[in-house]
Amino acid sequence: MSEMIAVGETIVPPPALKVSSTEVAVEMIDVNKWYGEFHVLRDINLKVMRGERIVVAGPSGSGKSTMIRCINRLEEHQKGKIIVDGKELTNDLRKIDEVRREVGMVFQHFNLFPHLTILENCTLAPINVRKMPKREAEEVAMHYLRRVKIPEQANKYPGQLSGGQQQRVAIARSLCMNPRVMLFDEPTSALDPEMIKEVLDVMVGLAMEGMTMICVTHEMGFARQVANRVIFMDGGQIIEQNEPEAFFTNPQHERTKLFLSQILH
Amino acid sequence: MTAFVSAFVRDEFVAPKPPPPSTVGVVGWMRQNLFSSVLNSILTIAAGALIVWLLIPLVRFTLIDAVWSGEDRSACAQATGACWAYVKAYLPQFVYGRYPIGERWRVDIVFWMLVIGLVPLLIPRVPLKRLNAIFLLTFYPLIAYVLLTGGHHVFTGSFLPEGLVPPSVRFAAEYALVSALIILAVGLLSVLLGKPVAGSGALAGMILGGLGLVLAVVSIDFGLEPVETANWGGLLVTLVVAVTGMVASLPLGVLLALGRRSAMPVVRLASVTFIEVCRGVPLITVLFMASVMLPLFLPEGVTFDKLLRALIGVALFSSAYMAETIRGGLQAMPRGQYEGAMALGLSYWQMMRMIILPQALRLVIPGIVGSFIALFKDTTLVAIIGLFDFLGQIQASANDSKWASPVTGITGYVFAAMVFWAFCFSMSRYAGFMEKRLDRSRR
Repeated sequence: MSEMIAVGETIVPPPALKVSSTEVAVEMIDVNKWYGEFHVLRDINLKVMRGERIVVAGPSGSGKSTMIRCINRLEEHQKGKIIVDGKELTNDLRKIDEVRREVGMVFQHFNLFPHLTILENCTLAPINVRKMPKREAEEVAMHYLRRVKIPEQANKYPGQLSGGQQQRVAIARSLCMNPRVMLFDEPTSALDPEMIKEVLDVMVGLAMEGMTMICVTHEMGFARQVANRVIFMDGGQIIEQNEPEAFFTNPQHERTKLFLSQILH
Repeated sequence: MTAFVSAFVRDEFVAPKPPPPSTVGVVGWMRQNLFSSVLNSILTIAAGALIVWLLIPLVRFTLIDAVWSGEDRSACAQATGACWAYVKAYLPQFVYGRYPIGERWRVDIVFWMLVIGLVPLLIPRVPLKRLNAIFLLTFYPLIAYVLLTGGHHVFTGSFLPEGLVPPSVRFAAEYALVSALIILAVGLLSVLLGKPVAGSGALAGMILGGLGLVLAVVSIDFGLEPVETANWGGLLVTLVVAVTGMVASLPLGVLLALGRRSAMPVVRLASVTFIEVCRGVPLITVLFMASVMLPLFLPEGVTFDKLLRALIGVALFSSAYMAETIRGGLQAMPRGQYEGAMALGLSYWQMMRMIILPQALRLVIPGIVGSFIALFKDTTLVAIIGLFDFLGQIQASANDSKWASPVTGITGYVFAAMVFWAFCFSMSRYAGFMEKRLDRSRR
C-alpha cells in the first residue's frame, strides 16, 4: 500500500510550505451527523488554515468520507457548524452553491461524465457556473490538462482512458473551477497499482503549489511526503491528529497504534 | 520422467492465428446457430416448415389471387385474394377522411413539411439540428394548425364593457391587460422571494408575448376555407394524434419523472397522483372522460373541439407512461454522476439538463420507443369517441355497398396492418440505429 516510502526510510522533509496563521479555509465546530439512528459523525472539531495539507486516515466506516463530503454539502450535518471560506453551510441553497464553486472534489470513482469529451468535462462548470466564455474556458481546461500531462486526450471520451488518466482528468476538471480548497475522497483506491503513482504525482505537485487540501487516503507515503497534519478517525470521531512524522513514529492512542501496525508492514 | 519446470521465461510472442475454418463463414454460422445439436436441427427444420406453411397462403392471398383493378364490387365478388382495387379506390379517404377534396393540398403541404423537417433531424450527419428542432417545435405546429383548420379564429373577448374599446380590438386589449397583470404579479413574487426581478419579468413577458403572437397569427384571415375537425379523418387524424401525443408526452414525462423523484413532498405527491391515476385507467376511459364528462364541467356555451379533447387526453395519458419509463432511466444513473455534478456547483436544473437527462434518456430509448409505438397504435381508440382515424375510416368504408364483397373487410384490415406495421417497424429500426450510434460514441 505504501511502497513509496517504507517505514524507517529517511524522509525528505516537506519543503517549507506556507500555512496561513490567520486565514481559515474550513472550520467544523461540534459537527454531528446521523443516518437514521446511526451516529456517523460525533463532535467533529476541525480547523483547516489556508495552505494546509491534511490527510485523513482511518478504517473503513470510520466516517472520514462522510466528514469531507459534509464540507461541500454532499452530505447534510444535523448538528454543529461548518464554515467554508467564511460561509456557513445551512439549508440556504445559494450559500451551498457558492461553497461548491470554491471547493473542488475528487472522488474514488472519478465521476467523470461519460457522455462528454474530456475537454467538455473540464469546461462544463466554468462555462455554466462561472459564466466564462467558451474560448477562455477551453484555454483554461487545456492548461490544466497539460498540467496533469494528458492534453492529447482532450477530445476522447472518459471511457477510452485508463483509470489513472481518468482520475487525472477529474483533478483537472476540479482545478478548472479555480477552487480555494480541494477535497480528495480516496482518489487512488479504485486504481490499478500501476496507476497510483501518476495520480499521486499530480496531487503532490498541487500540494507544492500551496493548494489547501483535505485528502482521505490510505497512501501513507503521500501523507509523509506532503501532509502537514494527519488526522486519524474511528467510530465517527477524530481519535488523534499530529504532524506526520510524530503521527507515524510515535502514535499515542491504542487504536492508532493498531491501525498503523496493520497498514505499515 | 519429465522434470516439472516451475521457472519459465517466454522468449518470443505467440503470433495471432486465424480461427478454425469450421467456426467462420456461412457454414460455420449455420453449424453454430442452426444445427449445433440434434434437437436444434429438428427445431430448425420444424420452424422452417412452419414459416413456409404460413407464408404460402399469405402470399397467395395478398399477391397471387389478389384483384388489382376494377371499378366496383363486381371485380372482387368472386375473388379469393385481396381486393386491392377497393383500397386503390378508397385510398384518398383513408388518408384524408372527409377533408374537402379541393382543400387536400393543405394536408399535403403539412405532411411534406413534416417529412422535410424531420428527415434531416433524424440523420445524424446533417447540420443545423438546433435550428431545425426550433422550426419543428415552434413554427411548424403553428403553420400546420393554420393550414389544417384554416385559421381566422375570431376572438371576441369577454369581460371589458362593450363600447369601451372597438369590438375588433376588444380581445387584444383584454389580453394585454391580463398579461400586464401577470407580469406585475410575477415581478412582485420575485421581489418577495428575493430573486432577480428583471429575469422573471422578462421570462413571463416572453412567454405571454409568444402566446399573444400565436393567437394573433391564428386570428389572421389567410383566405383559407375553414375545415372543421369533424371532417378530418384517416391517416391525417392518426398522425395528428400520434405526433402531438409523442411531442407532448416526452417533456411532460420528464417533468413528471423529476417530480416523482423530487425532495419536495407536494410536488412528489402531485406527480405520483397524476401518474398513478392515468396509469390506473384505460385510455378508452380517459377519452370518454375527455369527450363526455369534460363538457359537463365546463360553463354553458364553452365548447372544446372534440379532436382537441382527444389530443389532450392522449397526451396526458401517454405522458404518465413516459414518466415511468424515464424514471427508470433516472434510477439507473449512478449516484456518482449526481455528486460529480453537484460538487462542481451546477444547479439542479443544470445538472438535470446537461448531465443526468442526456444519459438517462439514452438508457431508456427502447422504453421510450416502446411507448411511442404503443401510443401510435392506441390512436385507433379515438374511433370510440366518434373520430375517424385511419383504422376507423377503413372500417367505415368496408360497409360501403359499392365495394361489398367477401374479401373487402379482410383486405381493409390487411392494408391497415401493413401501414401500421410500416410506421411502427421504422420507428423501432430507427431507435435501434440511434442506440447503436450513441453507444459507440460513448466508448
